[in-house]
Amino acid sequence: MKLPANELTALKELGDRVMAALPQDVLGCDMVLDELVVTVRPTAIPKALTWLRDDPGALFKVLIDVCGADYPDREKRFEVVYSLLSLKHNRRVRVKTMTDEHTPVPSAVTIFSSANWYERETWDLYGIFFSNHPDLRRILTDYGFEGHPLRKDFPLTGYVEVRYDEDQKRVVYEPVKLTQDFRTFDFLSPWEGMTPDLPGYPLPGDEKAAAATPTQPVPPAGAAKTT
Amino acid sequence: MAEVQLKNFTMNFGPQHPAAHGVLRLVLEMDGEVVERADPHIGLLHRGTEKLIEYKTYLQAVPYFDRLDYVAPMNQEHAFALAVEKLLGLEVPLRGQYIRVLYAEIGRILNHLLNITTFALDVGAMTPLLWAFEEREKLMEFYERVSGARLHAAYFRPGGVSQDLPPGLIDDIRDWATAFPKIVDDIERLLTDNRIFRQRTVDIGVATAAEAADWGFSGPMLRGSGVPWDLRKAQPYDSYEQFDFDIPIGKNGDCYDRYMVRMEEMRQSLKIMDQVLNKLPGGPVKVNDRKIAPPPRAEMKRSMEALIHHFKLYTEGYHVPPGETYTAVEAPKGEFGVYLVSDGTNRPYRCKIRAPGFAFMGAMDFLTKGHMLADVVAVIGSMDIVFGEVDR
Repeated sequence: MKLPANELTALKELGDRVMAALPQDVLGCDMVLDELVVTVRPTAIPKALTWLRDDPGALFKVLIDVCGADYPDREKRFEVVYSLLSLKHNRRVRVKTMTDEHTPVPSAVTIFSSANWYERETWDLYGIFFSNHPDLRRILTDYGFEGHPLRKDFPLTGYVEVRYDEDQKRVVYEPVKLTQDFRTFDFLSPWEGMTPDLPGYPLPGDEKAAAATPTQPVPPAGAAKTT
Repeated sequence: MAEVQLKNFTMNFGPQHPAAHGVLRLVLEMDGEVVERADPHIGLLHRGTEKLIEYKTYLQAVPYFDRLDYVAPMNQEHAFALAVEKLLGLEVPLRGQYIRVLYAEIGRILNHLLNITTFALDVGAMTPLLWAFEEREKLMEFYERVSGARLHAAYFRPGGVSQDLPPGLIDDIRDWATAFPKIVDDIERLLTDNRIFRQRTVDIGVATAAEAADWGFSGPMLRGSGVPWDLRKAQPYDSYEQFDFDIPIGKNGDCYDRYMVRMEEMRQSLKIMDQVLNKLPGGPVKVNDRKIAPPPRAEMKRSMEALIHHFKLYTEGYHVPPGETYTAVEAPKGEFGVYLVSDGTNRPYRCKIRAPGFAFMGAMDFLTKGHMLADVVAVIGSMDIVFGEVDR
């Protein structure tokens, strides 16, 4: 799976070329684990995707995927991630943009036909609105479903459950009743595994320990317990 | 002549229909016998896999991948295992990689056997299905012998495979592989030159190479349109670059070409399996890192440390460093990818599953427009749809 060095530099050069071609719109180009990630302003999505599709050095003709991701702590909580594939140059690129519940992202349906269903899915699961989409209906969830289930504030169990009612001879919707509480375990407590790059580290009340020995390397998770 | 008011007829196809390959509900606007518009309603098998994975450790997420495309379960696990290994920066031992290749190709044959023959059943040929299911049963026996389960194997784990091949299995696979080409020939003799089969499939559901790319096709759907693209060649993973095989492509991008591509892919898979069996090296099958892969049972009986490792791995799991990756494999149906975001904890922050069938289904309207109602069935059959992965 390791990319050869010349392929890596080619990807980096491609990132630089995107930056140069659309300086107003591209917010950044990063290499994450040998994968090129281009971050653009939401309004520039059609422009950036068109450029990536048509530029002879890019030719990303296949839109592999569009998906959302939810980061509730951020000001713009949603990320929309477009994965593109170039059959000609055998390369992949990820285009990202940020948005919130209210700001629409321009649809890419006119650029890639496959975007139609992917954007419907993203709308369904995250409630990210795509403007100028020809047919933005729910796709995966039930008819008449309310809410956007992949948001981090949507509970895992959902709000309603269905069963077939023998008396009414139809399927009825009822609020979820759990016979047993949902069991979740906190593996971030200091008595379990703790890694220094986690949010919330150093632990509350443990600031002095970190300040006293700033250079001391922290053992990897679980290492101390196994000796 | 008086003006006649014509009204299009709307037809409901499925969700309970044997040719819908699962729970597909198609709302078809018909002009007589001709399809004007096809509107697939999917999601009737939506189980919230991606949401569930966010609440499970990385190891607990593996079995969910069996349940996506339940026709070739291990190929899905493969994508997830590779994605986690990429985030962890792991290198799987060679024997583990070879075993994965072997079983990925078994999965491909499993899938194509089912797809080709149910496709044939949809357009009127019953016999191939009965023959192929006998072979599928033998292949699932090989699944069972390594993992204990015929279908939901959970065999490919991040870091390698869960256990080594049992003794004698290699000889049995080899015996099967020498007998199998005859079955392929038999099925081919029933279908390839069959007049009815050709009348039902040639020039049906045509997609040119450019259209196939535009609609996000991959796998046999893309190769049937004449694009020589296969991730096993283009972006090799797990030592696929060490094997010699060809990529069959079609010319016209119709249902018949897709069938022919799959037929040849089974032969190529056999070729790869043959090479794996001959070259299979010794050594471990998973990484020798007790923080990722569990210790062997025997060691746990003697070593306290091994017992602790085992306990920690199966309760807490392992922490994956923050990062994100999109990793794809050439699953039998096409490009199956996993977009995995890790925040440094023991659970994935986001796991998007990119299923090939979802893109095919999205092109349903485009592929069936202007065709007859009976051709819709042929197109669905040739798309190789399994609703487990489309609906997730």
